[in-house]
Amino acid sequence: MIPQDPIQAGFANALLAPERPLPPQVVTWNGSDPTVRFDVYRNNVVVSLTEALADGFPVTRALVGETFFAAMARCFLAEHLPDSPILTDYGDALPDFIAAFPPTRGLPYLPDVARLERARVRAYHAADARALTAQDLAHHLADPQRLPATRLALHPAWTLHVSEYAIVSLWAAHQGQGRIEDVDLRRAESALVLRDGDAVQVLPLSSAIAGFFATLAAGLPLGVAAEIAAATTPDFDLTQALALLIHHGGIAAWQPSGEPPA
Amino acid sequence: MTTIAPPAAAVGIGLKTRHVPEVIDLKPTLDFFEVHAENCMVAGGPALRQLAEVRERFPLSIHGVGLSIGGAAPLDQRHLDRLATLLQRFEPVWFSEHLAWSSHGGAFYNDLLPLPYNTETLARVCDHIDAVQERLGQRLLLENPSTYVEFAASTMDEGRFLAEVAARTGCGLLLDVNNAYISAVDHGRDPWDLIAALPVAAVGEIHLAGFAEDRDGAGDRLLIDTHGTPVAEAVWDLFRRTLRHLGPRPTLIERDQAIPPLAILVAEAERARSALLDAAAWPEAA
Repeated sequence: MIPQDPIQAGFANALLAPERPLPPQVVTWNGSDPTVRFDVYRNNVVVSLTEALADGFPVTRALVGETFFAAMARCFLAEHLPDSPILTDYGDALPDFIAAFPPTRGLPYLPDVARLERARVRAYHAADARALTAQDLAHHLADPQRLPATRLALHPAWTLHVSEYAIVSLWAAHQGQGRIEDVDLRRAESALVLRDGDAVQVLPLSSAIAGFFATLAAGLPLGVAAEIAAATTPDFDLTQALALLIHHGGIAAWQPSGEPPA
Repeated sequence: MTTIAPPAAAVGIGLKTRHVPEVIDLKPTLDFFEVHAENCMVAGGPALRQLAEVRERFPLSIHGVGLSIGGAAPLDQRHLDRLATLLQRFEPVWFSEHLAWSSHGGAFYNDLLPLPYNTETLARVCDHIDAVQERLGQRLLLENPSTYVEFAASTMDEGRFLAEVAARTGCGLLLDVNNAYISAVDHGRDPWDLIAALPVAAVGEIHLAGFAEDRDGAGDRLLIDTHGTPVAEAVWDLFRRTLRHLGPRPTLIERDQAIPPLAILVAEAERARSALLDAAAWPEAA
């Protein structure tokens, strides 16, 4: 049972709602209006949480403008306060919020851009795991009979992004790669977000390779993933796809037996 | 790894991400660095590895902002577990937290919110500190807050409340001289009332920082704890008087907004060191 505390309940009720009454018992030494002082707390909460969100979404911010982003963050945090004091975890729910936020309906690519940015933050702080190298895997790769039943565990810093929009080009244009006016927003794009050394990278993928990785990430064996990819893309090249995975340190475990990786 | 506690005339600064490479390469003339516990609670990656590199070169102080010790709700056991893991890994010379609350109903407000000072809140804060010290297996330093409102439900002043908490729980105190100054101005008090009420032996660390200035509804000064400016001259004066009273204590310069180059913060810490050395040379403390 949570003990009742009318003052703390009163703070929680009023901190995000300027129109609501102040908590009980609040006094000032000089008899001045306590609202002016309580507003310091209101401001601290909104500004600090908005800054925490803003840090992780620079491209989203640039796409809508700082003023719009701050107003959107204000609406978001009223519904989604952090559920822990670890603010690097705060913002996971923002992309879905944006998808359902009526004022951004004209920017249908925005939720996927926000997902990509969130994944970059998560990749930066993801658990350390040694990636298997080509040398580690040489004896497995030399035994093609066993490849189809093999399952992989992808590196914890990896996430796959498949979008109906040109989110990778849009993100890249904000890093000084390509001009934003040249981006064809309606072009479907996919990317891997991964940590390579200390740097988080956004790696564009063909739709066939993205589909192949998605199947692997779902825990299915290499053979199934390759069949699905080849069915949609006749010239799908398994060797090339595996080389890309290995080159970017994407494989944390390799299970030739076909058992799901531990 | 350095494990010895820094000397009493030690000075440090809050560790900022942008300064980390310089701190590792240049090893500035500081005795310790302080980090916010919650910023280090990530699964892995470069930030944690760099902190380990700093730890190989300097003692660390770990400063929590999320335990909500003054909260009516029970302590968050998962958060305590994370703290225990962090302290085990980085072996800080101190762990400190605030006399404040920040969580309610499962939500975290990311601000240090005030509580009334009375027998009910005293019992609650002591229970929470007992539990924290037991779980972490080490003494906690409790920091006096900046507050902007007071409560009709308070029956004791902040100095007596803190002294009582220290006596009952055996915790130490982190005296934030800037917070003492801010709260005194904001509530029309003398900051010395707080400082003089603290048990001298309990004070294990001092914080210094800068504030912003506004006006309240009556036009009186309303200082706001921003950590966004250099330490004010009035706070330096109060710091020197505090040192004459307490003797030297490890002192930290905090800056969390408008962060200047590392050298500027090091210079501010060196100014604190001069005051500490003066206090060591002319002790008036009992």
